[in-house]
Amino acid sequence: MKILVYIQQDEGKINSVSLEALKGSQEIAAQTGGTVSALSFNSDITSQLAGYNVSEVLLAEDDNLNIFNPLFYLKAMEDIAKAESPDIIVFGHSYEARDWAPRLSARLDIPLISDCIGFKMEDKLTFIRSIYQGKLNSDSVVNKGAFIVSFQSGAFRVDGLQSGSAEIRNVTVDLSGVSDSISPEEKFQEAEQAVDLTQADVIVSVGRGIGKEENIEMARELSKTLGGEIAASRPVVDAGWLESSRQVGSSGQTVSPKLYLALGISGAIQHVVGMKGSKNIVVINKDANAPLFEIADYGVVGDIFEIVPKLISVIQGS
Amino acid sequence: MKICVLIKQVPDKDSSLTIADDHLTLVENNITWVSNESDNYALEEALLLKEKHGGEVIACTLGKDSARQVLKDALAKGADRGIFISDSSFDNLDVLSLGKVIASTLEKENFDIIMSGLQSDDQGNSQLGLILAELLNMSHGSLVMGTEIIDDSTIRVKKELEGGWFQWTKLSLPASISIQSGINSPRYATLKGIMMVKKKTVDDVTASDISSDALESNVTINKIYVPDKTKETQFIEGSPEEISEKLVELFKNDIKVLN
Repeated sequence: MKILVYIQQDEGKINSVSLEALKGSQEIAAQTGGTVSALSFNSDITSQLAGYNVSEVLLAEDDNLNIFNPLFYLKAMEDIAKAESPDIIVFGHSYEARDWAPRLSARLDIPLISDCIGFKMEDKLTFIRSIYQGKLNSDSVVNKGAFIVSFQSGAFRVDGLQSGSAEIRNVTVDLSGVSDSISPEEKFQEAEQAVDLTQADVIVSVGRGIGKEENIEMARELSKTLGGEIAASRPVVDAGWLESSRQVGSSGQTVSPKLYLALGISGAIQHVVGMKGSKNIVVINKDANAPLFEIADYGVVGDIFEIVPKLISVIQGS
Repeated sequence: MKICVLIKQVPDKDSSLTIADDHLTLVENNITWVSNESDNYALEEALLLKEKHGGEVIACTLGKDSARQVLKDALAKGADRGIFISDSSFDNLDVLSLGKVIASTLEKENFDIIMSGLQSDDQGNSQLGLILAELLNMSHGSLVMGTEIIDDSTIRVKKELEGGWFQWTKLSLPASISIQSGINSPRYATLKGIMMVKKKTVDDVTASDISSDALESNVTINKIYVPDKTKETQFIEGSPEEISEKLVELFKNDIKVLN
């Protein structure tokens, strides 16, 4: 089993989800007797990569690969896949990967099992995905041939990464004929990005269960009473009830407060990845089957509109 | 602009899901089916572009008979016609194969833009828009939170990146664009719109219309199941008063966020 893991570079550093994917690749290799090659398009991270237990580090350098552009990345990977013939190409499921890995699947005409939360070795190498908004999992296998897999943030713990000393090998890619039909401009942050949720000890977070905009006030009052910040899952921000800088999850902030109190949040994976590192997770939801209970330290199956006002008055009275 | 919007029928988010005895499918009779959330945003974005720049919006779905409803809903909101791709031989195809089926259907239409929601609320593969871009030789943009037509051959899209960052990207047309939810405020169908549905056409496509010979799935789902709990959850019960008292004790003594 020849595993090629693509390592994304952000501002001269290894992207954290890519590093987890490297750990996942090491685990797959250990269980299948395979080898891991780590591929980078940027020399800033290759020496760090060579310090991990991989059989080699591949470096493809080209001016057109300095800034992410899916069409150039695709052609580079296509050339490398043809030259190296990996059995599995592994990605961390970053937003950047989402913008080219599926197209790579069509380009190479091999399947992509995307956004996996883990794998297990049964009769075949089996990949676990979270489906139906976190309510269920599925086990997938590839019938034959090479394939691509991407792993969700949090699928593997990087503190178990094995170190080693690998050689760095330069590989050549030919990007001369790549179309310029996609031209990225500069990245920017919206001015409203004011709230730093990562510093809060207490976060009171609301989800779709909050029902309507007027009800946000109740949660805001609870957050103030607890000396914390109010936050939300994506649907609340999409509805315009809270500013986007208060969003927790893959498209918002990643937080790990002492107390994460979730009100009416069901627990889609995109939210969970942003808060599962919290020290104490307390979930209040009227739906006992809400997936977020799976990672809760404390759970209350009940109506937030009955409990929260009482909770505020008990805290204020104490 | 000739715009195609891909819409998938999925279980409503509040549906409680029961796994059938085959451990592969859901018991369908207690599911409420709806149009996938981010696809609704994609449809709205297409309708807004049409209102501003003229053209045609075609809604396309692939699914079981019940999925005709998502096309009716799209036509009622203002889509001009529908394409309904349905065949039992598509049931267990992986997303790459489904992409081939849809690409083979859409190829002859020569769309300027294909819009899709970034992710379905059922399988959540988040792949189709990019697969179609490759198979139909289009540019692409994913996680799009804004669009702006520059001229007849260029659209500029605002892509959402991680951690609150964004990036505008120019795409040459034709382009396949995956829309992030929250980009706009999807409209509701009007009574007049609903009355118009009957006058609009829906073309049916089955496996016999598909030129692709690659209708073979290379990924097999072996089973679906309720995830194991990864944590021991301590449940707090009682009246709202009792629950509140217990939570405050917890906040004070165990979590230590209250004095």
